[in-house]
Amino acid sequence: MTATANDTYKAPDTAPPILEAVGLTRHIPMHGRRHGQVVRAVDGVDLALRRGQILALVGQSGSGKSTLARLLALGDRPTSGEIRFDGRPVNAERRRDRRRHYGHVQMIMQDPFASLNRLHRLRYILSRPLRNFGTPGAAELEARIIELLERVNLTPGREFIDKYPHELSGGQRQRAAVARALAADPSVLLGDEPVSMLDVSIRLDILNLLTELRDRDGLSMLYITHDIASARHVADEVVVMFSGHLVEGGPAEAVTQNAKHPYTQLLLAASPDPDRLLSGEAGTGTAAASLAAAAGGPDADDDPDSAAGSATGADGGTEAGCPFRARCPHAQAICAERMPEAADAGSGHWVRCWLHT
Amino acid sequence: MTRRHHVRFRVPANRKVRVGLAVFLLLVLVAAFGQLFVGHVLGQSANRLHAGGNLESPSGRHWLGTTSFGQDVFAQLVAGTRTSLLVGLIGGAIATALAVLLGVLSGYTTGRSGAALTAFVNIFLVIPGLPLLILVASYTRGRGGWLTVAVIIGLTSWAGGARAKRAQTLSLRNRDFVEAANYSGESRTRILLLEVIPHLAPVIASTFLFSVVGSIAAEAGLDFIGAGHASTVSWGTMLYWVQSQGALQSGAWWWFLPPGLCIALVGTAAGLINFGVDELADPRLRTRKPGSAAGRSRRSGGVTPEGAR
Ligand SMILES: Nc1ncnc2c1ncn2[C@@H]1O[C@H](COP(=O)(O)OP(=O)(O)OP(=O)(O)O)[C@@H](O)[C@H]1O
Ligand SMILES: [Mg+2]
Repeated sequence: MTATANDTYKAPDTAPPILEAVGLTRHIPMHGRRHGQVVRAVDGVDLALRRGQILALVGQSGSGKSTLARLLALGDRPTSGEIRFDGRPVNAERRRDRRRHYGHVQMIMQDPFASLNRLHRLRYILSRPLRNFGTPGAAELEARIIELLERVNLTPGREFIDKYPHELSGGQRQRAAVARALAADPSVLLGDEPVSMLDVSIRLDILNLLTELRDRDGLSMLYITHDIASARHVADEVVVMFSGHLVEGGPAEAVTQNAKHPYTQLLLAASPDPDRLLSGEAGTGTAAASLAAAAGGPDADDDPDSAAGSATGADGGTEAGCPFRARCPHAQAICAERMPEAADAGSGHWVRCWLHT
Repeated sequence: MTRRHHVRFRVPANRKVRVGLAVFLLLVLVAAFGQLFVGHVLGQSANRLHAGGNLESPSGRHWLGTTSFGQDVFAQLVAGTRTSLLVGLIGGAIATALAVLLGVLSGYTTGRSGAALTAFVNIFLVIPGLPLLILVASYTRGRGGWLTVAVIIGLTSWAGGARAKRAQTLSLRNRDFVEAANYSGESRTRILLLEVIPHLAPVIASTFLFSVVGSIAAEAGLDFIGAGHASTVSWGTMLYWVQSQGALQSGAWWWFLPPGLCIALVGTAAGLINFGVDELADPRLRTRKPGSAAGRSRRSGGVTPEGAR
């Protein structure tokens, strides 16, 4: 496997936060039969993304990762809580302020087949953020687009500039999506499972591109993934999300090598062997089976909230207790009462579990 | 400035579409220049009574014979083509424009104004079109001629198309590329005009084709039941006289067949052209670059990514 710059470079843990979430909450109202109830997609999340670092956000399907990313990108409005960029609260009321935020924080979506409009050529797709967030003249525009294409290794840029998305492979499309995000000249990228739709053989290429952007250009990145093993591979820090809550976080090595929370331990046990990292094979044996059980079991589909791994409840009410308690092998009486505050496990590693308080 | 896409006219690969377009083009040519030909070359006119004997069968002088008033049927058919096509195109254009405007806006606008627009569309949807048309037409009868009829048809027949566009817009609104365009700093108007609406091109084209046919049929229907403008010559008024003069009973096929066939012909042409509308929103089906061979060879491949999913 190619060694990434992760091994050679590390921004100090003391690097100042650039993008922060404070008590960020998003309750999505439900419709139909369950009208009046809400999905607690994101529930009181505190998160700090540091300058020049990659922060991996790990959790199973439905834990609220995409919702959190969309909140951070201002693609969705929080129910409560605050987002800070560079220490200042982000105001999302006015379109002008939102646009300024888009210039700082850009999103790379999961599916490059859906995120690029198939009716436009790359020239048009990339020219829009360039024009909206800068004002290059007509002559300069083409040069800038080619430069962007080559920055994401779509070389020679001149050959790609007039292509339609359908003329590109999946990996090339995702590179184009990265180029579009870079066109706004952001300091933060939010990658929502940016490689999960791609063939295993090109995942590593895209991940290397992302780490390269961090190392060369000092970009900060939120890297969302299901796969805790790949998180360890690219990220400086890892946070683990379950049912709208962050349950554990800290330096990537500490969280993956010395997991404290039972849910993190379950994720690690079910993840593929590190030597087969990114090979896309599912975990084997009992760990995978128990994760499936934790996710709600094989019949999870008919119950939306267990399938999603997210909590639902009456509007306005607060969910008491740890969301993982029903599936936790170490559940105690207190787990049903409330969730503990984050406990320090040394050198920036923290966990929210009654076993470690 | 970003370079414009090369949208150049290209003969469609699909034979059905070619036949449909050819038929339509022929009708347009007849509508535009037919009367000159009839007047100067054949020396006939649609309204002249007793141009020949009553109910003469086709001859070199009267290509499609004469009516029971001795009018030249061919001259009437040519004049009727002009009226009917104009009514169809104008009525169809009005109906399509309203359908796109109200459908797309009601699908794209959220909140109270979106709900109000949707309610407006739904109200028009449940008002039965034909009775409304007859009602309005019988008020304006005689005034404004065929143009009034075309406008009334357009104003009363957009609701179905608007609903289809609303449904499509609703599904497009939540697509990833729309969200991505928002992150790219695009304004809502620009997203609507350049990201969403181009995807509706096939639906818009279909709506237009069938609104044209619908308007022609509606106008013919109005004339036929006598709610139209009796002194204009159209396919509909021709059928009205056919019926009131008992041409069917007297076996004057040269009088009653041509207008009916023309209406059927327009419908068929629209149906054939409709086979090609999907090309409008699929860059794979368009020629890629000027002189590129790849565009042609790819055109045969059918399934779009959306279709496949
Ligand atoms: N528009 C919505 N309406 C109702 N519920 C929603 C909506 N969007 C998300 N949810 C719910 O919020 C929860 C979190 O969804 P989210 O998409 O953030 O999960 P995720 O962690 O990104 O999952 P995945 O890994 O599958 O992408 C889920 O239970 C989902 O069902
Ligand atoms: Mg997601």
